[in-house]
Amino acid sequence: MGERTIIPFGPQHPVLPEPLHLDLILEDEKVVGAVPSIGFVHRGLEKLVEKRDFHEMMYVIERVCGICSFIHGQGYVQTIEGIFDLEIPDRAKFLRTIWAELSRVHSHLLWLGLMADAYGFESLFMHCWRVREKILDIFEETTGGRVIFSVCKVGGVWKDIDNETLKKIVEVLNVVEQESKDLTNVFIKDFTVQKRTRGVGVLTYQEAIDVGAVGPTLRGSGVAMDLRKLGYAAYGELDFEPIVEKDGDCYARTLVRAREIYQSIDLIRQCVSKIPDGEIDVKVKGFPKGEYVSRLEQPRGQVVYYARANGTKYLERFRVRTPTFANIPALLKMLPGCDLADVPLLALTIDPCISCTER
Amino acid sequence: MSYLPKSPWLVHYDASSCNGCDIEVLACLTPLYDVERFGVLNIGNPKHADIFVVTGSVNEQNKSVIQNIYNQMAEPKVVVAIGACATSGGIFRECYNVQGGVDKVIPVDVYVPGCAARPEAIIDGVVQALGVLEEKYKKMGKVAK
Repeated sequence: MGERTIIPFGPQHPVLPEPLHLDLILEDEKVVGAVPSIGFVHRGLEKLVEKRDFHEMMYVIERVCGICSFIHGQGYVQTIEGIFDLEIPDRAKFLRTIWAELSRVHSHLLWLGLMADAYGFESLFMHCWRVREKILDIFEETTGGRVIFSVCKVGGVWKDIDNETLKKIVEVLNVVEQESKDLTNVFIKDFTVQKRTRGVGVLTYQEAIDVGAVGPTLRGSGVAMDLRKLGYAAYGELDFEPIVEKDGDCYARTLVRAREIYQSIDLIRQCVSKIPDGEIDVKVKGFPKGEYVSRLEQPRGQVVYYARANGTKYLERFRVRTPTFANIPALLKMLPGCDLADVPLLALTIDPCISCTER
Repeated sequence: MSYLPKSPWLVHYDASSCNGCDIEVLACLTPLYDVERFGVLNIGNPKHADIFVVTGSVNEQNKSVIQNIYNQMAEPKVVVAIGACATSGGIFRECYNVQGGVDKVIPVDVYVPGCAARPEAIIDGVVQALGVLEEKYKKMGKVAK
């Protein structure tokens, strides 16, 4: 047994775009333990409900995280609509679903790029982000923003997408699908990549359930849990099955995310073929009173929103439980036993979003 | 400024940003915007960097990290604050854990507006930072070659 050393990892680290801090306990090159510390990005935005009314809060909640901003906005308005017991028009539901699935494609492509960078495959990283720009162009054309859209509102959506643009989106997605295939082939079939990912950072079925992992991290360990199956927004009318891999290693988690890109593209195609005509919003009168919990599937996993309102224009309490927060214990389970050089890779496979975690 | 006398390397730190500006900073480095064609390189080591790119606002926890990175950088150095949060605290300025823009802890040379800042604006900010860098060289009595 070697001597124990503690190596600080982060908050400013070349592989991390975000400040995650881990104290890694090492025996020679092997990690035997890890202690996370967070708080570098904490803003305390849940407390802002006392200063912003429930309509304005949408814009704050969208900025919980810039990568999955749309679904945060969607979750918030869904919670408030739940308090009002408001039924929104079908077209708005489908539009929300389309934007949410586009967000998933862009988030997973972004993650694949970062993952490639962690292996040292820099051209692959560049190509992933090149393909991702096509999705951002769709966002820009339909909402006006590249990363923050502010297109949801309590009672529906602000903007409609006309049917011609919807067809164009599908055409762009056909190209994205084709190009993504070339990229994901490298992640799935390349010998060197498999050497780095297969059997590394295994999270077993039971461990994944015990630590309460969510999203692709959980599905990579063989648990078929996908909250889109709850049928919120338009998911109830779409045909899909959760994507599950059994091995629980880095390779399985990569595979889940790669396959989810195609699943999302397929879901958008279904939406475009089924979307009804009609209104995109309903009028909201009065102030909310009561409480509501809603759960959604982010690209990173389950996100839970809770809101309590007392009949004034300000909410009394708002709470978000974000997927990365649930996945950090899973990361701590994966780390012991791995090489120091594999730590960045393992930290990435939970797709950490620290901005979400700390809010 | 008709040419760049040197290849500016930048170090990026996410103070307490929502990721929106961070992924736009990264997007600048990728094929569509590709600032690497100007010699701009994103590196992890503060001692190699000329430009310090900060996104997000300052809080109690990350204050010392920002100062630490800034102090490690070699002179002359330029700080670019990217996005509404880094310039003033933005939408979060009234949050209890947000103290304001980056200029509360280190001197900022260039402010880039936007929430999230667009890649075009970020590139423009970095180009302006190069002008500031050149002036700082002159003040030090040295010519950037």
